[in-house]
Amino acid sequence: MFETVDAVLLARIQFAFTVSFHFLFPAFTIGLASFLAVLNGLWLWTGNTKYLDLFRYWVKIFALAFAMGVVSGIVMSYQFGTNWSVFSDKAGPVIGAPMAYEVLSAFFLEAGFLGIMLFGRDRVGPALHMIACLAVAVGTAISAFWILSVNSWMHTPAGFEIDPDTGQFLPTDFWQVIFNPSFPYRLMHTVTAAYLTTAFIVGGVAALHLLRHRHRPDLVSPATRTMFSMAMWMAAVFAPVQIFLGDMHGLNTLEHQPAKVMAMEGHFESHPDGAPLYLFGLPNQDEQRLEYAIGIPKLSSLILKHDLNAPLDGLDTIPREDQPPVAIVFWSFRVMVMLGFAMLGIGLWSLVARVRGRLYEWSMLHRAAVVMAPSGLIAVLAGWITTEVGRQPFTVYGFLRTANSAAPLDAAAVGASLVAFIIVYFAVFGAGTYYILRLMNRAPAISEPRLMDVTNSPTRTAGTTPAQQHMTRKISPVHPGE
Amino acid sequence: MTIAEGVSFDLTVIWAFVIAFAVLVYVVLDGFDLGLGMLFATEAEGEDRDVMMNSVAPVWDGNETWLVLGGGGLFAAFPLAYSLILPALYAPIIAMLLALIFRGVAFEYRWRTTRWRPVWDVAFIGGSAVAALAQGITLGGLLQGIDIDKPGRAYAGGWWDWLTPFTVMVGIAVMVGYMLLGATWLVMKTEGPLQERMRRKAWVLGIATVVFIGIVSLWTPFLQDGYYSRWFGGWNIALAAGVGIAVLAMAFGMFRTLTVRHHDYWPFVMALGLFVLGFAGLGFSMFPYIVPVEITIWEAAAPRNSQVFMLVGAAVLIPIILTYTAFSYWVFRGKIIPGEGYH
Ligand code: HDD
Ligand code: HEM
Ligand code: HEM
Repeated sequence: MFETVDAVLLARIQFAFTVSFHFLFPAFTIGLASFLAVLNGLWLWTGNTKYLDLFRYWVKIFALAFAMGVVSGIVMSYQFGTNWSVFSDKAGPVIGAPMAYEVLSAFFLEAGFLGIMLFGRDRVGPALHMIACLAVAVGTAISAFWILSVNSWMHTPAGFEIDPDTGQFLPTDFWQVIFNPSFPYRLMHTVTAAYLTTAFIVGGVAALHLLRHRHRPDLVSPATRTMFSMAMWMAAVFAPVQIFLGDMHGLNTLEHQPAKVMAMEGHFESHPDGAPLYLFGLPNQDEQRLEYAIGIPKLSSLILKHDLNAPLDGLDTIPREDQPPVAIVFWSFRVMVMLGFAMLGIGLWSLVARVRGRLYEWSMLHRAAVVMAPSGLIAVLAGWITTEVGRQPFTVYGFLRTANSAAPLDAAAVGASLVAFIIVYFAVFGAGTYYILRLMNRAPAISEPRLMDVTNSPTRTAGTTPAQQHMTRKISPVHPGE
Repeated sequence: MTIAEGVSFDLTVIWAFVIAFAVLVYVVLDGFDLGLGMLFATEAEGEDRDVMMNSVAPVWDGNETWLVLGGGGLFAAFPLAYSLILPALYAPIIAMLLALIFRGVAFEYRWRTTRWRPVWDVAFIGGSAVAALAQGITLGGLLQGIDIDKPGRAYAGGWWDWLTPFTVMVGIAVMVGYMLLGATWLVMKTEGPLQERMRRKAWVLGIATVVFIGIVSLWTPFLQDGYYSRWFGGWNIALAAGVGIAVLAMAFGMFRTLTVRHHDYWPFVMALGLFVLGFAGLGFSMFPYIVPVEITIWEAAAPRNSQVFMLVGAAVLIPIILTYTAFSYWVFRGKIIPGEGYH
């Protein structure tokens, strides 16, 4: 079935598929873990039960999303070896160490304290439980730190030399490896992306329940209002920050990976005196031109060089075999930027609504927030596609080509596993998404039941989940922590 | 040998031990929860299954992280081995990853639905069984040797090389051994009729495990000459006999504590002991090869500065990890009692 297909192409599709799926979960859980820590802190500090209700509401969703993030992540840590063994052999001496640090400093921290965070409130008391929540939140951030360092090194490799015998990359300076030139930008932009992703999901869920009861506002719980307000503050503050960070990130990319920026901008030809910003166009890479282009003259030079007349090189300066696939990069970049501005719009709108005192009544705003609920996830995927496809045809930019990175596998073997991944991911993560949506479809209740008390299935009346038992162990008395 | 070489020699050996340690911890920790997953099949739907799952729910994620450390550590410390072994054992490894997905999500999903609960229970059982089988096959495939093109630094065998009677036997052995760990874990964590049933199962599984340890030990030396001379050359035969006696003593202790009921944790501890001994035996067979008998740990090792950089982190962080892992087990210690205190 796959004999006629190129094994490297299949391996690329497989990697892109599995990593894209994986990243959807961290994009949500990095933000959600912090949100939960904040909620728990507010509950302990103010004693206002609406925070505890919110904590209990979101922790159920978090547990599901986190489990999906973990199992899809374990796949990732083996994909390097199964599908990119040559890359692993060559780059392992450099990027293996930061990845090992990720396991040691982040994954264990998250996993070790997750059980206590989910099931341990009654067992360890409020202070330790709060520490567990913080450990999980910090763990997700540390995880992002290391993996993004590794990823950034592949874009802007630094601090290494190449072994002439084996072709391996050998580290000469780990400080430079970790803090390679694109890393600070990528880290800030991605972590902010994760916060925005969570904010829009939380805000969308809150808006849904505000809309449901728009004729009976008295039925809306304080918890719902609070989460809408918190989410909208996040949007108002972080959407502009994200656009600013994205701009900085782009400038950095222009310095280190100009071909990627040319593809993002659709600049096939060089512009010696001011390059236009194309809003629309159909990239035709075979003929090396942008068809039906609609652009604003000189704006691209203004954005990228802060000078209307600054010259900008185009893809005509890049040999054809070193060019990334332009159309994908061009479009995915536009999707991300459009969503970024849409997020900014919602953030500003919410400020207007606040000033007018209509934050919880303005149905149009709530409708828009519901529509925007998945916008973060889409923007994050679009951003990664821009980044990774823009790096092509290299895995380690400028040094190791994708075509020379793949494992010596049969197309049949890669193809079969790809099909298996696609079926399993859609079935398993599809079911998980359905369970999450079903939880979200229910408004946070006053005295929200704990993770262990309900299963949220409409028909279910009783259930036994972990913490119930923990409360009943015979060794030491139960702390009535909640 | 210069001093620098001596140091790098030591570091490589240290790293081999660190990786081996991570794999061993993984095997015993995830071993009992994969085994528990397989034992799910032998219990009826209902409260007993709930109790079984709840006994590992707070810790399974941490257990599985040792697998990530094993894989990630291999990548970091022995990149060549990582890039040879994974393509060679492609099919069982992919099968393991897919199986772990099913069993991992089952922990959460099964509480979110009544109608589909039996389906996620099957996912939990099947995922655990396939993951255990695939891990055994991977181990067997590694032991029987991998065909490589040494100058090309690449796997040179075929796609079905991993499938032999030996690897299938090791696969089944691992399944049985994990079930023993699972059964003794449940003897420790439960009470009443469920615990009684687990005691009986642990007996049967214990006998089967000892038999499998015997078969693997007798078969391995004949797989490759290197193993044969390692075990039967000179004084090593005494060592081999010693390991054999230790295994029998440990097994005896386990059966005894399964019968004489003082402390419910002893059978589990003894079962862990069996695994540690078996693992030590495997290590003795393989050392100093990481891909038997083609690539030694020194040939596969990452450069010295990578090893040093990582060792600093490992030396600081692994003890901390062990501490909070132990803390988490301690928090959730004691028997699981169904339903009580919840109404
Ligand atoms: C909520 C998500 C989100 C939003 C609203 C934006 N981005 Fe973004 N962007 C990401 C999420 C993201 C990301 C997923 O986090 C990426 C992928 C890799 C990376 O470093 O961040 C990314 C990459 C990325 C890159 C590629 C850098 C490279 O590969 O070298 C550029 C130039 C921008 N972004 C610029 C922007 C601009 C100008 C935005 C404003 C409108 C914007 N992004 C909004
Ligand atoms: C942060 C850790 C990451 C690392 C180390 C990494 C590494 C890689 C590697 C090795 C490849 C395969 C070779 C190639 O085709 O270039 C690849 C491709 C790809 N990755 Fe990433 N990646 C990371 C994160 C992500 C994320 C989070 C996404 C998306 C959500 C993503 C999207 C892609 C895509 C779409 C490709 C295919 C590009 C193509 O082949 O044209 N990556 N990446
Ligand atoms: C190809 C690259 C990647 C690999 C190999 C990888 C590996 C893993 C692994 C093994 C886990 C499970 C950890 C556990 O057992 O608890 C995991 C989870 C996680 N990963 Fe990734 N990952 C990759 C990309 C990313 C990226 C790009 C980010 C963030 C920027 C990220 C953030 C996380 C987080 C926060 C978790 C915790 C689980 C969750 O929140 O859903 N990963 N990853």
